[in-house]
Amino acid sequence: MDASNTITTTTGRRSGRVRHGRRVADRVLRIACTGATLVGALVLGSILVMLIVQGVRGFTPTLFTNPTPGPGSEGGGIANAILGSLVLTGIGILIATPIGVMAGTYLAEYGRGSKLAALIRFLNDILLSAPSILIGLFVYTLMVRPMGTYSGWAGGVALAIIAVPVIVRTTEDMLRLVPGTLREAGAALGAPPSTVIMSVTWRAASAGIVTGIILALARIAGETAPLLFTALNNNSWFSANLMGGVANLPVMIYQFALSPYPNWQGLAWAGALLITATILALSIIARLVIKPQASR
Amino acid sequence: MNAASAIPTVELNRNRADEGGPVRIAVKDLNFYYGSFHGLKDVNLDFHDRQVTALIGPSGCGKSTLLRCFNRIYSLYPEQRAEGEILLDGENILSPSIDLNELRSRIGMVFQKPTPFPMSIYDNVAFGLRLYEKLPKSELDGRIEESLRKAALWDEVKDKLRQQGTGLSGGQQQRLCIARTVAQKPEVILFDEPTSALDPISTGRIEELIEQLRDEFTIVIVTHNMQQAARISQFTAFMYLGQLVEFGPTNRMFMNPTERRTQDYITGRFG
Repeated sequence: MDASNTITTTTGRRSGRVRHGRRVADRVLRIACTGATLVGALVLGSILVMLIVQGVRGFTPTLFTNPTPGPGSEGGGIANAILGSLVLTGIGILIATPIGVMAGTYLAEYGRGSKLAALIRFLNDILLSAPSILIGLFVYTLMVRPMGTYSGWAGGVALAIIAVPVIVRTTEDMLRLVPGTLREAGAALGAPPSTVIMSVTWRAASAGIVTGIILALARIAGETAPLLFTALNNNSWFSANLMGGVANLPVMIYQFALSPYPNWQGLAWAGALLITATILALSIIARLVIKPQASR
Repeated sequence: MNAASAIPTVELNRNRADEGGPVRIAVKDLNFYYGSFHGLKDVNLDFHDRQVTALIGPSGCGKSTLLRCFNRIYSLYPEQRAEGEILLDGENILSPSIDLNELRSRIGMVFQKPTPFPMSIYDNVAFGLRLYEKLPKSELDGRIEESLRKAALWDEVKDKLRQQGTGLSGGQQQRLCIARTVAQKPEVILFDEPTSALDPISTGRIEELIEQLRDEFTIVIVTHNMQQAARISQFTAFMYLGQLVEFGPTNRMFMNPTERRTQDYITGRFG
């Protein structure tokens, strides 16, 4: 009797202490998490505010109509860099989409459970996180050196190499979400695997695959390092000559921001705001594309 | 071999099954393996032309496995294999020389969960038709209407054939899948628990439908619901632990089973 009493009281007292300890731990963790969130949000917020304030100041009437001005001169715009960026990311995504979608389809449909697929998936994940400057150097050795010139093609290829693993990964993930019974239903009607893939599984995963492509587009739109070694820059009007250097926003920002000329710095800010807004818009589009699918 | 106990039963069943008219599918010494797991053991069974045969038994007894042998859908999964013979009109469909896609166009399958494709109602039904027949538009329209009518769905969808099939209710989706299967004019239709994801009213409609489809097609249905088997089938096969325990006309199976295990299962003592 005595013993059991003692035990109850001790437990009671101990659990009181434990409860107090837990409350303290809870409060500490909550403060730490909130604090960390605030620091992160503050940093991002100040970058954004700075970007908007400085960028809007650089939005001159000639921004979208004139090419980049010479060093030290006034006025000018970034029209050649905008156009160049559109062309380079366009080439990149056009090369990367078929390769990425096909490879992702191989991993999800044909190579399920195979060792080769596991190896490819592993390499793809490495490529996904490879430093982009390495990809720039790779394409430099592969294309710029042999061709003897910086070129738009080399820039497009470098961007494609960055986009491919993103598209492979999302395509595979989205195809894996398609229920196996849908594939069985296709096969049960006597459809060969190619028909099932093209008319059923791709269709079922289309919103997700398109989202992956848009996110890849957003990713390569702001890439600088791979273009430094490949497309480089071109201060004159974009001449549709992809065999020469092509102006583009990221490299323009990089060069102009480091320059001593206030006019160039202003244009760099405007370009930075433009890229950020584009990436934001692409991310929003990507979310809108996937939404109807999710609510179904 | 566990055949010792199975052989006399099967012989007995053969004799009784003769009541059902010509044999459409004959299963002979069928064994099935999931990797090293022996899923079906020496199954011998005949399915009769234009009759509904129900496969019943507790979960994991091999009834769905048996069903999935008839269109060799299991061969999508490399680790699964079947040994023995399944004769469809005398031709062994387990033979490696069989064209699987052609076989599957002759043996339709309706799944547990409705599987409408992400396309319009019209294209869903046309999917199987377009694979094997090149029909002019007017004839295709006719076949699609005919199939939707057979699946008792036409009146509900005739004004919205261009809408997505995935937008229909669960019961409608299942009838759409039946229409898609019927459109190919298969010889046999396999149903894998077609009503287990549906409400009672939809279930009733599908059961009526199966009753009507029997005029044209040989039907094999896997069901967990013994009342359903009793309502819609002419023959019932009771399976347990990968073996065929008993097979016979549904009435006799439910009123007067010869095997103790069949009786125990039917009366709800296990399963």
